[in-house]
Amino acid sequence: MLRVSGFFVALAFACLFAADISITTLDPWTEMQRMGLGVVTPDFTAVSDIGWVLVRTVAFAFCGVALGAVGGFLLSQLFHYGPVRWACAFVRAIHELFWALIFLQMFGLTPLTGVLAIALPYAGICAKVYAETLEEGDQRAVKILAPGTDILSAFLYARLPGVWVHIRNYTSYRFECGLRSSAVLGFVGLPTLGFYLETAFSEGNYSEAAALMILFYIMIASLRLWMRPKLIGLYAIVAPFFLGGGFSIEMSNIKRFFTIDIVPAPLRGEALDSMNTWSQFADWVWFISVDMAVPGIIATVLLTQIALVGTGVLALLMFPLISKKFFGPVGRSIGHGFLVVVRSTPEFILAYIFLQLWGPSMLPAIVALALHNGAIIGHLMGRFSDEVKLRPDHARGLNLYGFEMLPRIYGQFLAYLFYRWEVIMRETAILGILGIATLGFFIDSALSEIRIDRAMFLIVVTAALNIGIDILSRRIRRHLHLSDEARQLKNPA
Amino acid sequence: MTLRFKLTDEDFGYRGDIVLRDISIEINAGERIALVGQSGAGKSTLISILQARYAADTAFVPQDLGLVPTLSVFHNIYMGALQRNSVVRNLLNLVWPRPADIALIQPIAEQLGIGEKLFVKVGELSGGQQQRTAICRAIFHGGDACLGDEPVSANDQHQSRVIMDALTTSFDTVVLAMHDIDLALEYSTRIIGIKDQSIALDVAADQVTRTDLNTLYVK
Repeated sequence: MLRVSGFFVALAFACLFAADISITTLDPWTEMQRMGLGVVTPDFTAVSDIGWVLVRTVAFAFCGVALGAVGGFLLSQLFHYGPVRWACAFVRAIHELFWALIFLQMFGLTPLTGVLAIALPYAGICAKVYAETLEEGDQRAVKILAPGTDILSAFLYARLPGVWVHIRNYTSYRFECGLRSSAVLGFVGLPTLGFYLETAFSEGNYSEAAALMILFYIMIASLRLWMRPKLIGLYAIVAPFFLGGGFSIEMSNIKRFFTIDIVPAPLRGEALDSMNTWSQFADWVWFISVDMAVPGIIATVLLTQIALVGTGVLALLMFPLISKKFFGPVGRSIGHGFLVVVRSTPEFILAYIFLQLWGPSMLPAIVALALHNGAIIGHLMGRFSDEVKLRPDHARGLNLYGFEMLPRIYGQFLAYLFYRWEVIMRETAILGILGIATLGFFIDSALSEIRIDRAMFLIVVTAALNIGIDILSRRIRRHLHLSDEARQLKNPA
Repeated sequence: MTLRFKLTDEDFGYRGDIVLRDISIEINAGERIALVGQSGAGKSTLISILQARYAADTAFVPQDLGLVPTLSVFHNIYMGALQRNSVVRNLLNLVWPRPADIALIQPIAEQLGIGEKLFVKVGELSGGQQQRTAICRAIFHGGDACLGDEPVSANDQHQSRVIMDALTTSFDTVVLAMHDIDLALEYSTRIIGIKDQSIALDVAADQVTRTDLNTLYVK
């Protein structure tokens, strides 16, 4: 395990030399002071209907996650079919924001775009997790059923009840993720929190931005109070009405998207039996690969590796903040507060804020990814460290950390970290939308030039890269015998 | 007399290890069989072989009970009859137990002393109560025959008799793996002893004494 860790740290250092991490803004300190001032003077009256912004953010999250969970559940029943598994791996390898950009081309700025952008990747994730949960469930009750029992009754009586709690917990965890996704979708123009946040930031109105963020934290922190099982039926009926207007979907746009837009430019309307067409197509592939895909992949991988190690370092530094073994109640509640805020803020928003401070380079992205993911892993490890049994006369302070705690939880830590690797890469690609030259940057540029074919090509490349990292991470986890431990991350209590 | 269960010259095992060798059994309708022998002798294997072969028309109480801990006693008992009823009725019962089905299940649960627990989740019951839930499920499954793998193991003497009474009155033919010799002698018409991977003893219960059976437990 140490050798693997050492390799990754060395790799990250090598990447750091190749990466652009300069601060390009002229006076980051003044800007930081203005932001700090905004945080302590939040202005809750600045957005005229701030309540509606939150309601819409919740409505998009609810509709998207509900559709994704139901779809994922149905797909989980077909998960033993190879093509279903591959399709799910593909749709979840593409980030919600990319899906939003794709659906924008088809449906325009309508609620359907936002809902599908969440629902589709979430269906892919839920299908996998539900299928695995059902597979691991207790099968003994199935064996006592008499022959001739219909499939549906057998499933609902003998299989589902045993794993229902896991599925429910996982789905509510997904809903929390959905709230973050929904907020971030505002950055591509949907009427959720991100839209107003971006407006506030671009106008330098930090008091307004602070108010929006504070309300967002309160919303996530109070999730358990208002997301009640009994209310879900009510939400399902009501939520679609709070998605905002703009339902005019043009069939011609959808048709154009599939028949013209996504067809590679050299093939459009050309004779497909002509050699000339195909040689132009080869040039097209070569051009996109060399000029966009390869530089995009290099930047994405560089940033991912640095952010991965940064995540690990921060997680190791932050987990004692919430561990009973290291801090008393007062220290722990401060630690909890800090970790909750950092992990509730989507990476995208963190990166956006740091970008305002430091200007476009890889630095804001690295810090944002490391902070957010480090806080998530730190939180899980802090809880895990509370379970560790120590002898009564154990060492204290740094000795406790180095000799007792770290050796015991290091395997768990690596399992979490490698599990998070793919997530970090997905996010790294998407941060390109903010102007960092990862794959997302090239995708966003291609879309703004209305070269949908190029964007689709690059999105598929991004998905392939994610699937590759996922496979590599699974191999390493298995090699280090960490696979069982990582599972716990998938079903957070 | 009609033949109810039959095995002829058969070997059984798990993954290449032979657990039972050259087994031939004929069991007639109306017989009450106790399978006895040391743990690991192959009683459970014999029961599960019979179960696999006669699953279509035989009620079954497995050693691990096969209950769903997050469902109520009512639902677990009702699971014995899923195959008899339509999907719609099954689904309605899952969400909203029908009074007609409660009326059918209530007396069975009462007979086994868990009538008051009908809408308690099985996971919250004691081991003995869980075992009796599985017995009720087998009774609600119905039919003329029941196979059971140590169906009284988690209950005290008194409750064990309640279970044995219920099983022997509900089913015409019973085949039960038992570790309690006295109970086996009391409730069975025929004792089958298993030792060294084969049937070592097969006699009418009134022809055998407790000491005869002890030989099964000696190496």
